[in-house]
Amino acid sequence: MYKIAKENLSALFQLIAENRELYLPVRTAGQTNFAAWNADAEVDLDTLKTVKSAKDAFFPQSESLYTVKKEGKKMAIEPESLKELDFVVFGMKACDVKGLVVLDKVFLSDPIDTFYAARRDHGTVVAMACHEPEETCFCKVFGVDAAEPASDVAVWTVGEDLYWKALTEKGETLTEAVKELLTEDGAGEAAVEAEKENIHKIVEKLPYMNLSLEGWNGDALSEKFDSPIWEELYKPCLACGTCTFVCPTCQCYDIKDYTAGNSVSRYRCWDSCMYSDFTMMAHGNNRTSQMQRFRQRFMHKLVYYPANNDGMYSCVGCGRCVEKCPQALNIVKVVKAFQNQGGEK
Amino acid sequence: MQELINRAKELLADGTVARVLGWKAGDLPYNPEPAYFETEEDLKDFVYNGFCGANLSKYMIEASKLEGKTMVCLKPCDTYSFNQLIKEHRVDREKAYIVGVGCKGKLDIERIRKQGVKGIERIEGAEITDDAETLKIQTIYGEKTIPYADAMLERCHVCKGKDHMIFDEQIGESKETKDAERFVEVERIEAMSPEEKFAYFRSELSKCIRCNACRNACPACSCRKCVFDSNKFDSSQKANVDSFEEKMFHIIRAFHVAGRCTDCGECSRVCPQGIPLHLFNRKFIKDIDELYGEYQAGADTDSTAPLTDYTFEDAEPSIVGKRG
Repeated sequence: MYKIAKENLSALFQLIAENRELYLPVRTAGQTNFAAWNADAEVDLDTLKTVKSAKDAFFPQSESLYTVKKEGKKMAIEPESLKELDFVVFGMKACDVKGLVVLDKVFLSDPIDTFYAARRDHGTVVAMACHEPEETCFCKVFGVDAAEPASDVAVWTVGEDLYWKALTEKGETLTEAVKELLTEDGAGEAAVEAEKENIHKIVEKLPYMNLSLEGWNGDALSEKFDSPIWEELYKPCLACGTCTFVCPTCQCYDIKDYTAGNSVSRYRCWDSCMYSDFTMMAHGNNRTSQMQRFRQRFMHKLVYYPANNDGMYSCVGCGRCVEKCPQALNIVKVVKAFQNQGGEK
Repeated sequence: MQELINRAKELLADGTVARVLGWKAGDLPYNPEPAYFETEEDLKDFVYNGFCGANLSKYMIEASKLEGKTMVCLKPCDTYSFNQLIKEHRVDREKAYIVGVGCKGKLDIERIRKQGVKGIERIEGAEITDDAETLKIQTIYGEKTIPYADAMLERCHVCKGKDHMIFDEQIGESKETKDAERFVEVERIEAMSPEEKFAYFRSELSKCIRCNACRNACPACSCRKCVFDSNKFDSSQKANVDSFEEKMFHIIRAFHVAGRCTDCGECSRVCPQGIPLHLFNRKFIKDIDELYGEYQAGADTDSTAPLTDYTFEDAEPSIVGKRG
């Protein structure tokens, strides 16, 4: 177990950034999001949830795939190069780390998404235990321990210090690289154990932590899909993409061409099942109503994904959608609505 | 609130309305959601408190297509939006039974969080009937007290007034919340140099994630198919590209709603990144006031609007003209 005083963190960030890119929560115009570190960045490790998750570091919201250029009578295709530089994402939370496991199952299964795979290869995740979990959190429901992020390096905040523990080979390598700023602390284990216990106690008090997912699984397809409840639930939905864009596990994307005179660049960007042209194909659109699109989001997280991934859900309980939906709809309310209906009938 | 529920029950029972459009209690102390109620039984979940900020007027576009009347609860500021929607022939006045609900300012959970409040268990003082000037917030990390005004949405500080512009009946008391001038922030930005302005808007707009919440919440954005949802032309559409959001998307939207925006503030309320989008619209409102005389969109349903009317005396403002 290593330790570093909070006041030495900027030195740590500088050292990490010497040979790698570093992404961490940065406050810009009043909001905290993951961004590249620089000496002037206002690093904010106190805000529990960044607005967007750290998903962008591995799967950016928009990215170019290749460019086709016209050269005389020929066309030249220039593929976008894969990530080659090592980078560190500092300050993710246990839920977001689990989010990467969800994305891995999609992007690292055959056919492998080479852009994502290169970023996963080059990325090292330093995650922080949640010192003060909030009422919108429900990670425990999905088997995530807010006190034990399953990252390359786990970090706990205790008073004015951060405790640092490498959990993987990548984590060991990073630890070696910044060792000059870390001090070994034999008493650290006890301090960290106390912090973990404290976190677990808080988690027990949170209103959503005992949400029951009974009945939500890969076999529940017809029963859930055909439920009349969706007709009621979707009505206040504005069909904006907030829930899908702040989500650490939403993975749908669209591929489009951008024409710029003599060249065309093919890019991909996150899609949202809330949008009217979601999964639009040559034959048209197979989800023509907002009810169908609204239903898709929750069926995907709680039924389709588990059906294809040994029962694993693709929600990690980060609660960003709970905080950010303009009309206060969210996955917890959906689960509860089905529960209530079950009780009445 | 009980008076509102009782009246809703009566109107449902005597067949005046087929449904009620209001807010349903949430599962946290601050997250009620817009909802339809069709029976007396449904109304047990009805709630109206300081967290019912959502402007329900836009839902009436869809509700106008339904069988029978809808009782809709509109706050004073929401009634401007409703009037504007009537003017644009987007809602059917005959399909709405408007209950003008009282308002003592709506609360902003983001603003509460920004004051260090986390782990919220209970909130006292958010009821419409509460006289208290403070919110008492019980959290798992202790109790916090915040002055009500410090937890209000920006729009309530520059409230247009507590009169309903259109209603069938009014229920509930209101309390004045205006304690700031509407155009002060616009003037602050006007005073900036072009470079400062650009830097300011860049830092704000680069936060945009193209979720379209501002557009979708906006009562003035009621096109059946938005140009940005078309896949037939080469706009950046749903891709999140800073240069597009900074220079195009929000500016185009502001131009499109100019003269029709009532300044209801929903765009800024719903923005997940806290971008003060209302400032664009307010700048247009200020310019329209100065160039064509004071005008408040949604104050009525039949006046001619400055940007859709022409007179020989009209100002012809032009950047090109100014530059000679």
